[in-house]
Amino acid sequence: MRDRLFIIIAGAVVGLLAVILVMQGNPVNMGFCIACFIRDITGALGLHRAGVVQYIRPEIIGLVIGSFATALYVKEFRATGGSSPVLRFILGMLMMAGALIFLGCPLRMVLRLAGGDLNALIALPGYVVGVWLGTYFLGRGYTLGRSQEQSAVSGYAGPFLALVLLVLLLAAPAFIFFSEEGPGAMAAPIVLTLGAGLLVGILAQRTRLCTMGAIRDIILFKDYQLFYGFAAIFVVAFAGNLVTGQFNPGLEGQPVAHVDTVWNFLGMTVVGFAAVLAGGCPMRQLILTGEGQGDALITVFGMMAGAAFMHNFGLAGSPAGVSPAGQWIVFISLAVLFAIGFGNIKARLAAGKKGQARAS
Amino acid sequence: MDGVVDCRGLSCPEPVIEARQALQQASGGTVTVIVSNAVARDNVSRAAKSMGWQVNVEEDGEDFKLSITR
Repeated sequence: MRDRLFIIIAGAVVGLLAVILVMQGNPVNMGFCIACFIRDITGALGLHRAGVVQYIRPEIIGLVIGSFATALYVKEFRATGGSSPVLRFILGMLMMAGALIFLGCPLRMVLRLAGGDLNALIALPGYVVGVWLGTYFLGRGYTLGRSQEQSAVSGYAGPFLALVLLVLLLAAPAFIFFSEEGPGAMAAPIVLTLGAGLLVGILAQRTRLCTMGAIRDIILFKDYQLFYGFAAIFVVAFAGNLVTGQFNPGLEGQPVAHVDTVWNFLGMTVVGFAAVLAGGCPMRQLILTGEGQGDALITVFGMMAGAAFMHNFGLAGSPAGVSPAGQWIVFISLAVLFAIGFGNIKARLAAGKKGQARAS
Repeated sequence: MDGVVDCRGLSCPEPVIEARQALQQASGGTVTVIVSNAVARDNVSRAAKSMGWQVNVEEDGEDFKLSITR
């Protein structure tokens, strides 16, 4: 009961902060969007050159540092890794590919819905289908194998990189790209965005808030714990948007969105499917990175590579819709996800034992 | 000790799936589940309790040993 209340509070805080961040300058319905923000950071580092989406988003830095500090404090920080890093990198790429077809991670999907963007209502069942596909494999013994203890340096890598990004943001050297127009140029003040990230990082580390786990645990175990947090994000953001006059229901003309029904649906199917196979939604990967999990950090790197790939080759969706090449990416992503799913069904408890036996 | 389920290095929901399977097969007695992170410790505990088992958690170095009895 206490846990349930705590995760509802955490979800409510995320929803409330999302509304506040938009009022203070973030793009509309994008108070928090993990995929968009990682994409913006990728652009700021010059790894893609889409000029309108380049900014070092402090929310991402805050999430990692907030989780890191909390994990240290409660003694849950543990440097681990080595569970199928190549596949995790690819899953990160696919998760980002799907998100950039729909134009938002699962968190932004909820926030778009709360802002009245009915395209997100089409994406939501797509996301559920994706998560369901992933649970099909989980139920049949899908695993990426056991992670192993790593050196402490490996665990500190993620939080350290977050600090490097913070320095680059504050110093703003000439080789870092900052959008002068478009969504990348819209941002609430750093003190707010960094603070919001830190707070959510702390709460998400304690409550294990995960937008994929919310759906997955219902399908697998009829466990609604994570769903309460997910629902609280929506309810509070919806109420906040109503109160502040930011609720504009409709399909057409929604901010940073398109009306291609099929691709909104399938884009989120890719995200949900990939998130289950990777063990967490984009936000959860950042939280796990803060806890020292190298497997999560490699997934985040995969997301950055995916963002670069999607923008450099003109595959990402835009308010104009999804290009034919982008549509192909959806099918290729689904095919790769099925291959990873089928290819990793094995006796879970035996996984990794062989390697250990050989080592000893 | 009736059965040991070694879930070290596995991340959720995999330990929960394995623990539930073991509990369903055991139907009674003691099942020991070893996990290596706090999330798995909490989730396996919650799942076991909801299935009507009692859980006792012991720290084992950096791992957790869950003695689940009914």
